[in-house]
Amino acid sequence: MSKTIETLDDVVIRFAGDSGDGMQLTGTQFTNTTALVGNDLSTLPDYPAEIRAPAGTLFGVSSFQLHFSSWDILTPGDHPDVLVAMNPAALKVHLKDLKKGGVIIANTDAFDDKNLSLAGYEGSPLGTEALSNYQVIEVPITKLTLNALQGSGLSQKEMVRCKNFFALGLMYWMYSRPVEPTEKWIKEKFGKEPEIAAANDKALKAGYYYGESTEAFAARFEVKPAQLKPGLYRNITGNEATALGVVAAAEKAGIPLYYASYPITPASDILHNLSAYKNFDVKTYQAEDEIAAAGAAVGAAYAGNLAVTGTSGPGAALKSETISLAVMLELPLVIVDVQRGGPSTGLPTKTEQSDLMFVTYGRHGEAPAPVIAAATPADCFHMAYEAARIAVKYMTPVYLLTDGYLANGSEPWLVPAAKELQEIPVHFRTDPENFHPYARNENNVRPWALPGTPGLEHRIGGLEKANISGNVSYDPDNHDFMVHLRAEKVKGIEKDIPLQEVYGEQSGELLVVSWGGTYGTIRSTVDRMRKNGYKVSHAHLRYLNPFPRNLGEVLKNFKTIFVPEINLGQLAKLIRAEFLIPVVQFNKVRGLPIRSAELEQAIKDALGGAK
Amino acid sequence: MDTTKGNGDVQTKKYTAKDFASDQDVRWCPGCGDYSILAQVQRILPELDTPKEKHVFISGIGCSSRFPYYMDAYGVHGIHGRAPAIASGVKTANPELNVWVVSGDGDALSIGGNHLIHSLRRNIGLKILMFNNRIYGLTKGQYSPTSELGKKTKSTPFGTIDYPFNPVQLALGAEGTFVARCLDRDPKHLQQVLLRAARHEGTSFIEIYQNCNVFNDGAFLQLTEKETKPDNVLYLEHGKPLVFGKDNDKGVRLNGFTPEVVSLKDGKYGMSDLLVYDETSFDLAVLLATFSDRQGFPTPIGVFFQTERKAYEDMMVKQIEDVKKKRGEGDLDKLLRSGNTWVVSSN
Ligand code: SF4
Repeated sequence: MSKTIETLDDVVIRFAGDSGDGMQLTGTQFTNTTALVGNDLSTLPDYPAEIRAPAGTLFGVSSFQLHFSSWDILTPGDHPDVLVAMNPAALKVHLKDLKKGGVIIANTDAFDDKNLSLAGYEGSPLGTEALSNYQVIEVPITKLTLNALQGSGLSQKEMVRCKNFFALGLMYWMYSRPVEPTEKWIKEKFGKEPEIAAANDKALKAGYYYGESTEAFAARFEVKPAQLKPGLYRNITGNEATALGVVAAAEKAGIPLYYASYPITPASDILHNLSAYKNFDVKTYQAEDEIAAAGAAVGAAYAGNLAVTGTSGPGAALKSETISLAVMLELPLVIVDVQRGGPSTGLPTKTEQSDLMFVTYGRHGEAPAPVIAAATPADCFHMAYEAARIAVKYMTPVYLLTDGYLANGSEPWLVPAAKELQEIPVHFRTDPENFHPYARNENNVRPWALPGTPGLEHRIGGLEKANISGNVSYDPDNHDFMVHLRAEKVKGIEKDIPLQEVYGEQSGELLVVSWGGTYGTIRSTVDRMRKNGYKVSHAHLRYLNPFPRNLGEVLKNFKTIFVPEINLGQLAKLIRAEFLIPVVQFNKVRGLPIRSAELEQAIKDALGGAK
Repeated sequence: MDTTKGNGDVQTKKYTAKDFASDQDVRWCPGCGDYSILAQVQRILPELDTPKEKHVFISGIGCSSRFPYYMDAYGVHGIHGRAPAIASGVKTANPELNVWVVSGDGDALSIGGNHLIHSLRRNIGLKILMFNNRIYGLTKGQYSPTSELGKKTKSTPFGTIDYPFNPVQLALGAEGTFVARCLDRDPKHLQQVLLRAARHEGTSFIEIYQNCNVFNDGAFLQLTEKETKPDNVLYLEHGKPLVFGKDNDKGVRLNGFTPEVVSLKDGKYGMSDLLVYDETSFDLAVLLATFSDRQGFPTPIGVFFQTERKAYEDMMVKQIEDVKKKRGEGDLDKLLRSGNTWVVSSN
């Protein structure tokens, strides 16, 4: 029996289950296959901070959302069209987000008394009024998986574990995706355990054929490939892109990459990725703590490597003193802060934009450092590269801000060719003639003089430097001069960064000003509103210190400056302080991306009825 | 040292201690033990086959940490406690460098304790000189983690209630592969140990008892003055029995597992009864490290322990070479294009 295939422009699916149910894996597989099919996509994994939260509980629910389409999309979507709920807790947690009329695929086997009560249900919601607004498809996923795997030689427990592949296969069928890429992946991944490999493969196909044969699924869908710019693509997460960005920068600069870090969520994947790139002369150093990671990076920078240290908020706080040292030493250093919910341990696995003020000003003394921020997962590549370029060119620590959403979220990336990347020239001083450690070039930048270079023996340190000689100086006027000089050096970088672009009209009623990982939501919201006739423009900042040199001009051209952030208004404060203009804020700090509908309403309110 | 001239000939230049003195005025208090340590380091460097530019001195904060400014070599005066962290970065980034860490008891054991133990554990090729004056000098006289219990200082007018660290024990516990103790006032011996430390592969740790004549004068008087030194200092020599005392009239023997100070004068014990020192024995090193805390025992000075273990930076380099052999030199385009890729063609 062949079923009709309905064509859709875009779909949002959310896979949700226990953290032990393999939802991240299922989502990633669906994503990779979807990328290969040629859709544009955007993903949002969401998982608990606990590694193995108790099964069946609400806080143990792990989910993976994926938005894919036949057109250019920017966000993982606010409201799923389809919710795959592997247990009652997953349904309970995620139902409120599901679109009205959306599809629920529920694993009925998991809706037993125990799980229901763990999820706080008094009775099963399946088949009741509670779900009357949705299309519920009940599938005994566990039982069907077990049936399919009879005689596989695996234990009951091992067989049950394969159920996420059944769900994946079913979704492949439903959205007309091929199973082959996952089959291939299973073979590679479980090559050493042929029985497990065979079982996963079988569960995958069983799920697929179940969709084909059962009456429960009346229709299947397809989403045609998106019209992306021609070229070679890969799907990439922010952390992968950040790792590749610094490797590429080191290659182009012709110096080894040195990555010193201490494991911290959600930044650890950068360390994991880089530690595998040893044949690129990448040295990774897992330090004893955050402070040591920053210290080792400063040492490596001093010795002539492209030094990078990655962390998240709590680690950034610990590194702060060392970064002040790097400001004083004027050594190149990239610090990646993958922001997460704070303060303190906060929400380690959730996203937030609350470290902007901290990385801009959170150092003792007058310690200026450039701050830049990535806008999308793939943009992490370009901004990591840019951070390295600025650090090396200006002999300064540079902060790169990403966040938990960018770090784990993914999107297709048009892979650049190495030769297209901007050159990063590196000049190590070798000539002892007239060498002064704190003499400067036209950009106020001092020479990079490596230990081991004959004739350049010199001492640097955290004590204030005499201008030019770099000797210790307690002279009041020299200190005043140096404080200004360091600030000027960083401010001068504005000449070397792109002008701020504005999307939409260049002047008018309202300009939405944003930065960081909120780009996708904000741009697509602005887009939608513009289509509906609203006069809304958008400026997304990737350079936060210094600001692009035309930003003041850009802001002046609009009646209302509207700044949405996942914090309490940190960019808003910086803009007010810098440009002395009023700013309307929109702040939601839920640990999740901003919701498009809410944002739209807030912009409308700010417009006060103007269109 | 050798300098290769443009024509390929090798020219040999012999350094003197003066070549390692920078043009900066030394600003320690007159009479401070730091002067002697600086002089001994400057004296031994010419003995090493290392060009001057390969020496890097990295320090933290404290009186001792001004040391790099006075050396004509490369140097970083870092931040409090972090010298081993910064130095680890330097050494692993460029293993060709001779990296020295100069630190004090507060810097290395208090604020920087974590970095100290982890560099010892990793066996990174750092030469750590820890000046122990049992006081905070630069901040003007608070007790330190090596100050004796009950000590009255500026911050403890009624005496400390902190038990002190035994730095040698700590270094051994942290898996140090070269652990020694020296005296600022025994320059010859200090030079010998410094040379050995400089040549050791991996982390070397030397605790140097250093007199702070301003805030803790005479802390080690018993160990340094002519009259008291012989009875209170036990020089460790590999392969030699543990003998000390004015006329070499005392020794240490083992009574079961318990060490015992015995007289060699009354005929009851002779040389052959004494414990023979073996600096390759971890067990002996741990035992001897306790002597300075035992009533009636002399304080051992010298190399407590030395063993061979692969240095971290060498393993780091080797791993990179091995991966290169297996996978070939990295190709950036290939890396960027790895993973699941697909092509969107223009149509
Ligand atoms: S305070 Fe003590 S340790 Fe510091 S320089 Fe003076 S004597 Fe030396």
